Amino acid sequence: MNPLNMIKIITQRELGVYMGSPVAYVFLIAYLLLAGILTFTLGGFFERNDASLGIFFNWMPWLLIFLVPAMGMRLWSEERRLGTIEFLLTLPITPSQAVLGKFIASWLFLIIAIVLSFPMVITVNVLGTPDNGAILAGYVGCFFLAGTYLSIVCLTSALTKNQVIAFILSVMVCLLLNLIGFSPVTDLMGRWLSPQSIEGIANFSVLSHFDGFQRGILDSRDLIYFISVMVFSLYLNNIAVKNARAR
Amino acid sequence: MIQVENLYKSFSGRTVVHGISFDVAQGEVLGFLGPNGAGKSTTMRMLTGFLEPDSGKVSICGHDMARSPVLAKQRIGYLAESAASYQDMQVKAFLGFTADIRGLTGAQKKEALERVITLCHLAPVLSESIENLSKGFRQRVGLAQALVHDPDVLILDEPTDGLDPNQKHEIRTLITSLGQSKAIIFSTHILEEVESVCTRAIVVNEGVIVANGTPEELKSKTPSGRLEDFFRAITKGDAQRQSSSFAGVSA
Repeated sequence: MNPLNMIKIITQRELGVYMGSPVAYVFLIAYLLLAGILTFTLGGFFERNDASLGIFFNWMPWLLIFLVPAMGMRLWSEERRLGTIEFLLTLPITPSQAVLGKFIASWLFLIIAIVLSFPMVITVNVLGTPDNGAILAGYVGCFFLAGTYLSIVCLTSALTKNQVIAFILSVMVCLLLNLIGFSPVTDLMGRWLSPQSIEGIANFSVLSHFDGFQRGILDSRDLIYFISVMVFSLYLNNIAVKNARAR
Repeated sequence: MIQVENLYKSFSGRTVVHGISFDVAQGEVLGFLGPNGAGKSTTMRMLTGFLEPDSGKVSICGHDMARSPVLAKQRIGYLAESAASYQDMQVKAFLGFTADIRGLTGAQKKEALERVITLCHLAPVLSESIENLSKGFRQRVGLAQALVHDPDVLILDEPTDGLDPNQKHEIRTLITSLGQSKAIIFSTHILEEVESVCTRAIVVNEGVIVANGTPEELKSKTPSGRLEDFFRAITKGDAQRQSSSFAGVSA
């Protein structure tokens, strides 16, 4: 049977599980509430007098660090803990089809969650005349950011039966990918390292590559960065799933 | 239909399966016996492609499990030891998912689902979550999932475990009737089950096959003519294994 069809069937099942579980709705509400609070209250949206979603996008790399792992930590660790991985991997599919199917379902769910913040777009359009092209680019950046974090969660989730360990590991990795490009940290590193090496390190940060999207620029280098991290993590995820069968 | 050649498997240095070989032909129901920890489940997991053997070969209907796993898995229906199924899904959705992934569509899918729902008596629980089902129903959902694509090979790991006597009888009758057209391997601890259902039995002990024959042949090897006595004579329980290893230490 067509491999794409297999991926589609796995994706549909996973999405069905999301939509049928209360966790999904708790996640959606938590995401929208936090995004709203961070933008309008902590971000000082109204005081800035600027019709843009810059503040909202600024918070996204930090907010998603916790929310994406919370949503994705069960993906593989639960299969391993409950033993359903044995059922899944004895079906006539390859491990990579299962890896992709699960990833795509969760990514779609995250994209839906991010799109549900659209009342903010309406708000800035009512209050002023924002650059809607930049807003669109910002949203595209958010989709890739969420996908990148998710691929890391998929990997850590396949490494352990314990969801809490999967959560903590992925938060740490995502946090690291943020901090190496976060200016207070790069300034601190400036005491010991040359500017070239700091720039080299910061190139591996999600912040450096998310920045362009925030400013409304779609740069192929940023897209290549996000896609490479996703492909690499999912490749390791596939190896981890194959090895998870060893015991 | 099932060919197993010289399988070896070890976990962190401890060899669990030591060179197991056997064949199962169409129309055979093979009972897979042995004490706990003898390597039965590990062997079955290698047959279904969940575990990769360290060495040896598994072939299902002519498809090598190592070379063309997807083709081989298409021919197998597998009920894992813990009746592994997605607990958070409804019975109907779960069976629909397995039918989809087995490549069934349209009228074919509908017909297959109706067949297994009737065969496994699942009609009253179709819209229930699997986690809310009794052990017996869960086991039958696992069996229905294994039968949905009408496979040539059935591998059932302790299919009657935890069922009440009526349910056990039902599953045995089902296995007997399916056995006429398929190759079936099932593991069990219940020796009467072997006598009533199996055309042949294999006894595994400490990762090696210690007996292979029809239930009658195995029974005739003990003076009492009872399968249980034969089983106890050729296998060691956990406790015995423990004491023999202590004896080895002191010697």
